[in-house]
Amino acid sequence: MKTRSIALMMMTALGLYVGVTHLTAQIIGVIVAGDKSRIAVPDFRGKGAAAPLMNTFNETVWNDLADAGILDMVAKTNYPLDVPQAPTDLKPPTVINGTQVRQGMWLTDWSGPPVSANYLGIGNVDVNGTDLVLRGWLLLPGLADLRTAQAFGNTYFGPTTQDGARKIAHEYAADILKQLGAVSLAGSKIYFVSDRSGNQEIWSMDYDGQNQQRMTSHRSISKMPTVSPDGKMVAYATMANQSWQLRVINTETRRQMTFVNPVTSTIATPEFAPDGKKLWFSMVINESPLQIVAANIDGGDRQRISNARAIELSPRINPKTGKEVLFISGRTGHPQLYKMNIDGSGVEMITTGEGDVANPSWSPDGKKVAFAWTRGYDPGNFNIFIMDVATKDFVQLTRQNGSNENPFWAPDGTHLVYANQRGRNRQIFTMLADGKRVKQLTSDGDNQQPVWTKGTN
Amino acid sequence: MRRTQLVVLAIALAFTAACKKKTAPVAPQAAPVKEASTVQLNRPALTATPRIDSFTAEPARVERGQAITLRWATTNAETVTIDQGVGTVTASGNRQLFPTATTTYAIIARHGTLSDTRTVTVEVTAPRPVETAKPPVTQDSAALVRELTSQLQDIYFDYDMSDLRDDSRRAVNTDADLLKRIFAADARVNFVIEGHADERGSAEYNLGLADRRALVARDALVQLGVPSNRLRTISFGEEAPVCRESNEACWQRNRRAHLSQVQ
Repeated sequence: MKTRSIALMMMTALGLYVGVTHLTAQIIGVIVAGDKSRIAVPDFRGKGAAAPLMNTFNETVWNDLADAGILDMVAKTNYPLDVPQAPTDLKPPTVINGTQVRQGMWLTDWSGPPVSANYLGIGNVDVNGTDLVLRGWLLLPGLADLRTAQAFGNTYFGPTTQDGARKIAHEYAADILKQLGAVSLAGSKIYFVSDRSGNQEIWSMDYDGQNQQRMTSHRSISKMPTVSPDGKMVAYATMANQSWQLRVINTETRRQMTFVNPVTSTIATPEFAPDGKKLWFSMVINESPLQIVAANIDGGDRQRISNARAIELSPRINPKTGKEVLFISGRTGHPQLYKMNIDGSGVEMITTGEGDVANPSWSPDGKKVAFAWTRGYDPGNFNIFIMDVATKDFVQLTRQNGSNENPFWAPDGTHLVYANQRGRNRQIFTMLADGKRVKQLTSDGDNQQPVWTKGTN
Repeated sequence: MRRTQLVVLAIALAFTAACKKKTAPVAPQAAPVKEASTVQLNRPALTATPRIDSFTAEPARVERGQAITLRWATTNAETVTIDQGVGTVTASGNRQLFPTATTTYAIIARHGTLSDTRTVTVEVTAPRPVETAKPPVTQDSAALVRELTSQLQDIYFDYDMSDLRDDSRRAVNTDADLLKRIFAADARVNFVIEGHADERGSAEYNLGLADRRALVARDALVQLGVPSNRLRTISFGEEAPVCRESNEACWQRNRRAHLSQVQ
């Protein structure tokens, strides 16, 4: 097995759990995936006109399952040579004089070593007229009886094209993930900042980078987007009026909603409270350094939360409890991560005081925080870290390859989106919360400050 | 008119309910009274949101030290508040204020979760100097302002810092003298102090840091006698670098407060 003694990330099939074992402050742990369910998915075969589409099909199923981050994909090199294409290919062994005698392929080929799979995906693809027809099953090879071992068996249809092969592969993989309790990211959206139109504007895209669209047209500097919990509002800071202001827009109509800005030199880092009724942000109050403030979402009933002689910003409220606030403060002279109660009491620094810290983002379960930190590197060289807020144990997910900033947790609690800068431009990437399966979503212009929302459904 | 009718109706209902209460002691105390009057009074509100009928400031432009009057009228509001320290106010009314700087007042009328908002801005100008009328701006003074402006120096800062170093104090001294001469030469020009940061901190923190740098530079200039009403600050964070290389020489050039003329 993997080296469990230093295993820091543990994921189960039913929802990811990132458990961080105790760390001495000096040691940056190595992230090792362990305790995930193992799945074997041998290549499906295709008949006739389906045959040339099978590379696309098999690759798509594999990637969808691997990208979900909740499964340990058993390498195909460990699979038996004989692969069933349907449950009917499997023959239970018979017992003769007390010994089991093989009658052909059987589930134990997959449940025993070296495959040791908890799950087995099998099937075949055929062509019926113009339709591509997939018959796909999910089996539990550890069970003795073929009928109870069958988690599901479904038929999928698509056109006999590469796109058709991808479509039925996505549908089959989605059924497997649904069966295993994964939260689907389909329909989720990422808002971000891009300067590809010539100015920094707020943009949106699908979770996989498709459908990139510009949301604002201030032709100024507009950034730091944040989404309301229901996905219906985006707030951001803009210099469109010659000084910094916050704006709130409806994500569907893209129309501006009422927000009365205070008269101040700088206002920034908005954040919706989990109940969607308050907007938190930071602003300069009577020439103070940026301080944390909460107001109604129309800007009324402004209430000062922090009262320090240092820059304080990026308030982020625990999405689960609504009671703890993480924020960045420059009280030590360099920005660090702090925690306080919702009323501003109980302020506590939770990073070590080293380097610069930025961009806290709560995990959806309200237990962990992802953030950017220059710890161990020169100023300006950020990496993504995850910390267990209760124990303050942390792990480093990225290791240079440019500066990595703006981590934001996906609604599934399994993925992160972030910005990486190599050279002049930043680009937006996603990865699993263990730092694996890195994918680039943007490539046009400079792109940063992504925030991920489950959408308006 | 309508309002008085409603009040009369409410009082009438209250009396009716109160009378009933007397004759039927088993009825729940007070509650029916409240219900009856509330329902009647609020009926129009069920079909209409709180509305601000008017919100004005007179005059819209004053010199510092002069009074302005805010006037407002609202319909269907449970609470009406005005920001900038005015607080909760009556549904309609007026208030005399003495703004010290250009101020935007916002009024919010609320009813339950519904609200209506309006703003009005009062432009506050510096008091006119009591002495003689300004000298007319001549070609010569325009050229002088251009020349003096070109001599203004950027004020530099250390990484993550907004304190003035010795060399930046010297720059502030130079700039204070130049600004005083510029303002004397042309009464119309004002300056914006832009705060900037290098690319290395986070974009968010840099916005706060650059705001500090602009304010520190402005305070130092004002202490040296530069009129504060002709200076405004703005933070550009790391968004407007003068130099785009990744080395200390370049970062230092970007960690600055920069004076920029506005009309």
